[in-house]
Amino acid sequence: MAPHAEQLTRPAVQLRGLTRSFDGRTVLDGIDLDLPAGQFTALLGHSGSGKSTLLRAVAGLDHEVAGSGQLTAPSRVSVVFQDSRLLPWQRVLDNVLLGLDGKEAEQRGRAALAEVGLAGRERAWPNELSGGEAQRAALARSLVREPELLLADEPFGALDALTRIRMHTLLRELWERHRPSVLLVTHDVDEAIVLADRVLVLDEGRIGLDLTIDRPHPRSYRDPLLGEYRERLLTALGVTEHHDHHGTDASDGSDDHHTHSRHHEHAEDPK
Amino acid sequence: MTTTTTATTAATATGATAATTPLAATVENPQVRRRRRLSPGKRLPATRFLGPALLLALWAAASAAGQLDPGAIPAPWTVLETGVHLWTDGTLPTDILTSLQRAGSGFAIGLTAGIALALAAGLSRTGEALIDGSVQLNRAIPTLGLIPLFILWLGIGETFKVAIIAIVVYIPIYLNTHAALSGIDSRFVELAEVQGLSRYAFIRRIVIPGALPGFFVGLRLGVTGSWLGLVVLEQINATSGLGYMMFQAQNYGQTDVILVGLVVYGIFGLISDSAVRLIERRVLSWRRTLSS
Repeated sequence: MAPHAEQLTRPAVQLRGLTRSFDGRTVLDGIDLDLPAGQFTALLGHSGSGKSTLLRAVAGLDHEVAGSGQLTAPSRVSVVFQDSRLLPWQRVLDNVLLGLDGKEAEQRGRAALAEVGLAGRERAWPNELSGGEAQRAALARSLVREPELLLADEPFGALDALTRIRMHTLLRELWERHRPSVLLVTHDVDEAIVLADRVLVLDEGRIGLDLTIDRPHPRSYRDPLLGEYRERLLTALGVTEHHDHHGTDASDGSDDHHTHSRHHEHAEDPK
Repeated sequence: MTTTTTATTAATATGATAATTPLAATVENPQVRRRRRLSPGKRLPATRFLGPALLLALWAAASAAGQLDPGAIPAPWTVLETGVHLWTDGTLPTDILTSLQRAGSGFAIGLTAGIALALAAGLSRTGEALIDGSVQLNRAIPTLGLIPLFILWLGIGETFKVAIIAIVVYIPIYLNTHAALSGIDSRFVELAEVQGLSRYAFIRRIVIPGALPGFFVGLRLGVTGSWLGLVVLEQINATSGLGYMMFQAQNYGQTDVILVGLVVYGIFGLISDSAVRLIERRVLSWRRTLSS
């Protein structure tokens, strides 16, 4: 394994003047971006801000989209989608092994399932899994390929709040063990703050804010020092605070605000 | 009044042994009543044979009582006797074999053509442009209407019969398989791209399993179609086969022979349909988890 310093010098993903447009509407407007190898980055933005377009461009999934610019990405890329996207006609293990073959692959598949806490469910059908379990299986499928870059497109957006918290812990653990570069697209400010070491805000096709979150892991939602980051991100996202800062109970106020921004995001989400 | 009703329901519910239980008397809140069931309830095993068995019994009873004209509807035992007689003198086995060969080869060709065309049309735009329109056109023409033309082209032998059956079979198989292929979730196509599947692996692991439910719908229609085509062909232009046997019997007024032919057709239809359903249940076992 290469030394840590050297790893960070060569970016895993490099975008230069990346532009993408749909029907003449520019969604990504000349984005320059370096993602260092092994970094956990979150990409925030309103729905329609182009964050999924950016992710799909890096994943090489935008065949029909008009665009220009330079893009370099590693060869081993895995994508986790918002839906688990397990093939209903294949058992969980076969789903994890999709695109791999060989005897040794099966061993790795089993190990990956065990790592996400699904040992013993290898023979289950995807229909028999809960939403959280299905998303765990999807994580196993992306990890078994030992990706250099893990792209996640709102991977926990469809999960309930409790499952989501558990998945956050799992994803962070997996990242620490395998150290891929991660680009996590999300509309959840708290998710971004708790998980990522760097948060980007995409605004009108450009990177509006590039924030390094320098707090130790595991992070808690209740960490008051994260509040400052939250505020800056929300401001960058154009969410203004309606409550009075000098009010009687500051924590109450921030909670209130927090739910506000969430509702706002969810309501706009077309999915 | 309400207390007495709850007491009695509780007593009947808990059974005779607990009839004197003091619990029923102490129940204060109103008991939850079971809702009236609106679904027809659980199905008893083998009850579907009840109706046909009853009809058969009625037929036998009416024949025994002399209520039926034996020239129009012979008694069930007469039909059975004729069947045994035709079997032992060798005409029935020969006719069945001829018919099975026709239906079998027509079906095999139709099946292969249906799958091949559906794959070609479903997996490439060129294939779709060339094939889909032509098949839709073919579908618009009733296949049995092609018989005169095919006789002129292929003669009145076996070839034309097999060709007609193949056409009757390939159309539903093509249509349903092609529809299933074009209906494959684009998200799965995207997944295959992300996972770096080869074209072959993509077809084997996503396209084919995804299209199988549609294919089976087509297959069942195709099987039914092959029998239908067979009957029509054999009754119009044939010198052998089950249909020919029945056609001859019509000339000589042998109702029992006609009924034997119908019974054999019925058995064929039942067996082939059950076979397809059995295979379908095996192959699509992942779907059962949904319905159970």
